[in-house]
Amino acid sequence: MVWLNVLVQGILIGGFYALFACGLSLMFGVLKVINLAHGDMAVVAGYVAVFLTPHLHLPEVWSFLIVVPIFTLVGYVLQRTLIQKSIDRDPFTTLLVTFGLSVVIENLLLEIYSANGQTVNIGDLIAKSWHPASIIYVSYVSLGVLGVAVLVLFILQLFLSKTGTGRLIRAVADDREAAQLSGANYRHIFGIAASLAFATVALAGIAYGMMTQFAPTSGGVNLLFAFEAVVIGGIGSLWGTLVGGIALGIAQQFGAHINPQYQILAGNILFLVVLALRPQGLFGRRTSLA
Amino acid sequence: MSETLLEVKNLVVHHGQLKAIDDVSFSLNEGEVLTMIGANGAGKSTLLRTIAGLHRQTSGSIFFKGEDISSFAPHRRVAKGVSLVPEGRRLFSSMTLQENLQVGAFHAKKGPFTIERIYELFDWMAPRRRQRVWQLSGGEQQAVAIGRALVANPKLLLLDELSLGLAPIIIERIYSLIPEIIAQGVSILVVEQDVAQGLAVADRVHCLLEGKTSLTGVPADFTPEQVERAYFGAGLVATTSREGES
Repeated sequence: MVWLNVLVQGILIGGFYALFACGLSLMFGVLKVINLAHGDMAVVAGYVAVFLTPHLHLPEVWSFLIVVPIFTLVGYVLQRTLIQKSIDRDPFTTLLVTFGLSVVIENLLLEIYSANGQTVNIGDLIAKSWHPASIIYVSYVSLGVLGVAVLVLFILQLFLSKTGTGRLIRAVADDREAAQLSGANYRHIFGIAASLAFATVALAGIAYGMMTQFAPTSGGVNLLFAFEAVVIGGIGSLWGTLVGGIALGIAQQFGAHINPQYQILAGNILFLVVLALRPQGLFGRRTSLA
Repeated sequence: MSETLLEVKNLVVHHGQLKAIDDVSFSLNEGEVLTMIGANGAGKSTLLRTIAGLHRQTSGSIFFKGEDISSFAPHRRVAKGVSLVPEGRRLFSSMTLQENLQVGAFHAKKGPFTIERIYELFDWMAPRRRQRVWQLSGGEQQAVAIGRALVANPKLLLLDELSLGLAPIIIERIYSLIPEIIAQGVSILVVEQDVAQGLAVADRVHCLLEGKTSLTGVPADFTPEQVERAYFGAGLVATTSREGES
């Protein structure tokens, strides 16, 4: 029963990893950009939720109604300006630019909001949980985040496979030149993909703030977990990202159960084992996105 | 002949240091098939890619229906009515046959070619529309690539090396479609290494040699020796042709 609880906790935290990672997967799959500022973007979303929504007389639980649209817009604009400029030069430049962005964001947040931890206040919901059996606790917040992750992945998948714009995103991911020859303005398509990625990272940042404390430098470690989830699941496969996130979560929880020091180690070992035995990831195909 | 559709003026294109296209000018009239021939590396594909907007010219200009499109991005040229079927087909490999056509049709202008019309043109496609394109044979993939360009309803279709890697019977079948496409009011610029096949469909021919125009005119006006000379360069065929001057 103890192990079953470990498994349940792993799955719950895995949902968060998947939500965090799907934007990273999208940016890499379509734009071929590894966004090193991805984790910091999530943290920014958390700060916006904490410090902006009280001004709007909105409960912080509902902050995503404001933050997600803002991030969708910011994603498009950032892509069409800074990120596109760096893509036009070479892939290495995109790494430098997003790394620089990450440094700038962390320091700005420290300067403005100090290193104090913040949380997205959701009242007494944070402490509530459902326990179906004596020692199995399912936190409502974690369950909600897992639900949101599944819903987001489902909507993204549906969008990419069923809509015309979604098909264009996949076309650009497959072969950018051929997509241009089919009449697609790839810069605009990149912008849309970045919008989607930023919308998901906003949700992930708020979810993180609901589940635990965050500080200006919280982005880095979460970026690492998101990378691991994407690689375990397979680059370019959205459902793979969910499975990768859950696998990572379970490995970490099992590690932590043996010895709390082993939590991150166990996740890293799983990551390395998958990388060694199945470099394309559990669900990875070489070229496809959807 | 009717109006000029495409006019290329003094075009110069570089590949890094290499001058791939050196001061090439030609025009293409509405309803015409112009075949661009030339040896490997003569600059034919570069020329087509420059007309489609994938390469930028160093100097010179490209006019389409009288409008200077030299600085347009590729997708804007598609919107104007210029579609390229690229060398090597370049289908979207993660997608089905139908999805490939749908991508081509997404920004399409109104016109005779719809996805249904393509399915009529190639009757094997409809029952196999849900197959991934990598499961198709080379000839079938080439047909999908042509269909994907046609559903955009171009006024000018650029065909790059249709015959590459295909069996002669398949090449013949694909070339047999050209009259049908022309009948729908589309003009065609073909790049071809297979000279016989290229000349068979051409109203006019243009030969490139090391990036320069080496011959241009109506195929019937030239002897095979003249074509050969323009294709390979004067030095190489000097021994085989007696009177090359024209």
